[in-house]
Amino acid sequence: MDAIIIQILNGLDKGSAYALIALGLTLIFGTLGVVNFAHGALFMIGAFCAVTLQRILTLSTVTIDETQKDFLGNPLKVETPYVVNWFGDSAGNSIIDWSVPLAIILAIPVMLFIGYAMERGLIKHFYKRPHADQILVTFGLAIVIQEIVKLFFGANPIPTPAPDMFAGSLDFGVMLGFDPNAIIYPYWRLIYFAFAAIIIGAVFAFLQFTTFGMVVRAGMADRETVGLLGIDIDKRFTVMFGIAAAVAGLAGGMYTPINPPNYHMGMDFLVLSFVVVVVGGMGSLPGAVLAGFLLGILESFASTTWATTTVPGINQIVIYLVAIIVLLTRPRGLMGRKGVMED
Amino acid sequence: MSKLIINRRSLLKTGGAASVALATPYFFTRGALAQSDMYLNAPKGDTVTLGFNVPQTGPYADEGADELDAYKLAVEHLNGEGDGGCLNTFSSKVLKGNGILGKKVAYVTGDTQTKSDAARASAKSMIEKDGAIMITGGSSSGVAVAVQGLCQEAGVIFMAALTHSNDTTGKDKKANGFRHFFNAYMSGAALAPVLKNAYGSDRRAYHLTADYTWGWTQQESIQAATEAIGWETVNNVLTPLASTDFSSYIAPVLNSGADVLVLNHYGGNMVNSLTQAVQFGLRDKQVNGKQFEIIVPLYSELMAKGAGENIKGVYGSMNWNWTLQDEGTKAFVKSFGEKYGRPPSNAAQTAYAQTLLYADAAERAGTFNPCGIVEALEGYDFDGLGNGPTHYRAADHQCFKDVLVVKGKDAPSNQYDTLEVVEVTPRSQVEYEPDHPMFAGGDLGTCNPGA
Repeated sequence: MDAIIIQILNGLDKGSAYALIALGLTLIFGTLGVVNFAHGALFMIGAFCAVTLQRILTLSTVTIDETQKDFLGNPLKVETPYVVNWFGDSAGNSIIDWSVPLAIILAIPVMLFIGYAMERGLIKHFYKRPHADQILVTFGLAIVIQEIVKLFFGANPIPTPAPDMFAGSLDFGVMLGFDPNAIIYPYWRLIYFAFAAIIIGAVFAFLQFTTFGMVVRAGMADRETVGLLGIDIDKRFTVMFGIAAAVAGLAGGMYTPINPPNYHMGMDFLVLSFVVVVVGGMGSLPGAVLAGFLLGILESFASTTWATTTVPGINQIVIYLVAIIVLLTRPRGLMGRKGVMED
Repeated sequence: MSKLIINRRSLLKTGGAASVALATPYFFTRGALAQSDMYLNAPKGDTVTLGFNVPQTGPYADEGADELDAYKLAVEHLNGEGDGGCLNTFSSKVLKGNGILGKKVAYVTGDTQTKSDAARASAKSMIEKDGAIMITGGSSSGVAVAVQGLCQEAGVIFMAALTHSNDTTGKDKKANGFRHFFNAYMSGAALAPVLKNAYGSDRRAYHLTADYTWGWTQQESIQAATEAIGWETVNNVLTPLASTDFSSYIAPVLNSGADVLVLNHYGGNMVNSLTQAVQFGLRDKQVNGKQFEIIVPLYSELMAKGAGENIKGVYGSMNWNWTLQDEGTKAFVKSFGEKYGRPPSNAAQTAYAQTLLYADAAERAGTFNPCGIVEALEGYDFDGLGNGPTHYRAADHQCFKDVLVVKGKDAPSNQYDTLEVVEVTPRSQVEYEPDHPMFAGGDLGTCNPGA
C-alpha cells in the first residue's frame, strides 16, 4: 500500500509539469491552431529566469584578501553580493535563498513578452501553412533558443536550490499510520504540486469567468463567427500565446530545485507533453490536465522495480503505449471534441 | 616454357637464406618496420596533425570544452610556446618544445555530441580528410569504445581521454588504443577500504545504475569491492540514460532496508539523482540504527559544481585533482590556470597527459608509425605528469597509478574548492591481472599501421 502511495505522489509532481506544459500547448493549438514545438524551450527559458535572477542577486563586489590565496597562489578575490552589502548578512542571504520563488515576479513579464514576440515575430506567418511547416519552424526555433542559452550559461546543469526552509522531506507514512520512512516526500515537490494546481485553476478561472476568457473560448469554438461580430480575435489569441508561454515559464522556473536546469531540459519534456496533449484530446484544456497527471502517475508506476523486472524497459515506453492505445480506440483523445483529429 | 631446376646447391642457398630470415629476432625487424613510412597519414610536410574528438555540443559540452582547452595547451607546449607546463616536470626529456620529431604540431577538432555514431563520423573525417595521425578524446565510455574500434580498423592511434568503463581496456581493448584514465575496478578497489573505515563493514547498499556499458561495469566493480568488505547488496536498479527525474527510483530506497545508496551515474544523471536523493531527505534519515549515506563512485569537478551543496560529505573517486601538490600537478595547474582563469578538471588533465605521452612516444620511437608508437608506449614507466609514477601495461594498454578517494567538501572556500582528497590510494592496491574476470573476453590484437 505504501509503495502505491509513494508512486502516486511521485506521479503528481511529474504530472504537474506535464499538465502545465500540455495546458500551454493546448491553449496555443486550441486558439491559433499551431503545433508549437518551441513550447519546451519556453519551459526552459522560465527555468533560466530563475538562474538569471539568482545571478543578478549574487552580483558581487570584489575585495582582495591578502591573507587567503586562490588556486594559483595569488591573493584571494573575495566576492560579497551587493544585496548582502545593502541589507546585511541575514536579510541579504535570505533574499538570495529565496531566488527561485522570487523568480516568478521576473518570469511572468519576461515570458509574456517572449510569447508575444514569438507569435507576432514568427509564428503568425505560419498560420496558413501546413502543420508540418509549423512543426519544423517551431522546432528550429527551439534549437536556436537552446543554443543561445547554452552560449550564455554553458551545458552543465546549474544548481538552483529551493529556500532552506523547504529543504528536506515530509514523512507521510507516519501521518498515515505507516512505519517511519515508509512514505517520504520532499517539501518542494508538494509546493510544486500546489503551485501547479493554483496556476491551472487560475487559467481556467480566467477563461471561465472573465469577458476576455469568454471571447477566447468563443473564438476557440468558432473563430469565424466571433470575427464577424467585429471582435479582433487575433489580438486576443496573441495574448493567449503570451499566457501559454508564461504558464510554461512558471512551470520551468519552479521546477529548477527539483532538477538543476540545463539548456536541454525543455526537450526532455516536450515530446512527452505532446503525447499528453494527444492522449487528453487536441484542443481540450481539461483533457490536457487530466492526461498530464494520469500519465505522470502511470510513468511513476512503470518505473518501479516490480514493473521493470516484469516487463524490462516498460518505464521508457509506457506513455507511448498508452498513446497508441488511445489513438487506436479513441482518436480524439480522452476528452477531445468529436471530430477533432478524427478525420 | 621455363623449367624449374632444383639442385642440391640452390636448395641449400635458398633454404639457408629463408632460415636466416625466419630466425632473425623480431625485435630487429620491428624497429625497421616501425620506422617505415608505410603507415596511414604519414606526415609529408613540416607539420603533423592531431585529431581532438570531444563533445562540443550536447550535455557534456562543458567537459568537452575543458578537454579541448587542455589539448590546445598541450599543443602550445609541444610547439615551444607558453611556459612549457609539464614538459619541465615529465620524467622523459625527449620533448624539447620543437614539435614532434621536428614537425610543428597542428590539430583539428571534431564534435562527438556524446553519440557513438557522431563520434565515429567525426573521427573518420579527421582521419580521412584532415590526415590526423592520432585521435584523442572522450567523455563517455560508449563513445570511447566506438572510436577506439574505428581507429584500430583505420590504422591510427587512439589516446582515450575520459573513459572509465572496464570494457575500454577489457573486453573492447585494442592494440591501437591506450587509456591513461583509471577505471571502474580501480574506483572500487580504492573506495572500499575508505568506506569500511568511514561507515563500517555492516552496511546494506542499494545501487542505482545508468543503463549502459560504463554503468554496468562500475556497478559490478563497486558491488564486488563493497561485498568484499562485508557489505550486502540489497538491490541494483538500472535507470535509463535519458532519465531526468529519479524520484520513482529513489522513493523506494528507504523502505528497502538499505542504509547506503550508490549512484552509478555520471554527468547530468548524477547531478539530478544526487540532488533528488538529498531532496528526499535520505541523508537525514537513520536506517538500521545507522546514518543513511550516499556514494558517488566517479566524481568530476563539473558534476560537483552542478550538484552544488548536495555533494557535501559524499565519497567518490577521481583520476586526479588540481589540489595535489606534486610538481607535475603544480606545473599543469599553473599553465592552465593562467591561460584560462580556472583550475583544470581531471578530464582536462588526462587529455593533456595523453597528448604529451603520444608526442613522447613518437620521439622515442623516432616515427609516427602506429606500430612504433605502440612499441614505445607498451610497458612504459613515467612520472611528472601529475599522477606520480605511472606504468602503461603492455597486456591491455591501461595505465596504472595512484587513485584518489575524494569527498564533497563541507566548507568550500571558493567555487572551485568543491572536493577534498581524503586518500591517495597506492597503485599496488588498485592493480589487477590482465585476465581478471571483469576484464576478460577481449583480444588486444596487433597494431594496425593502416597501410
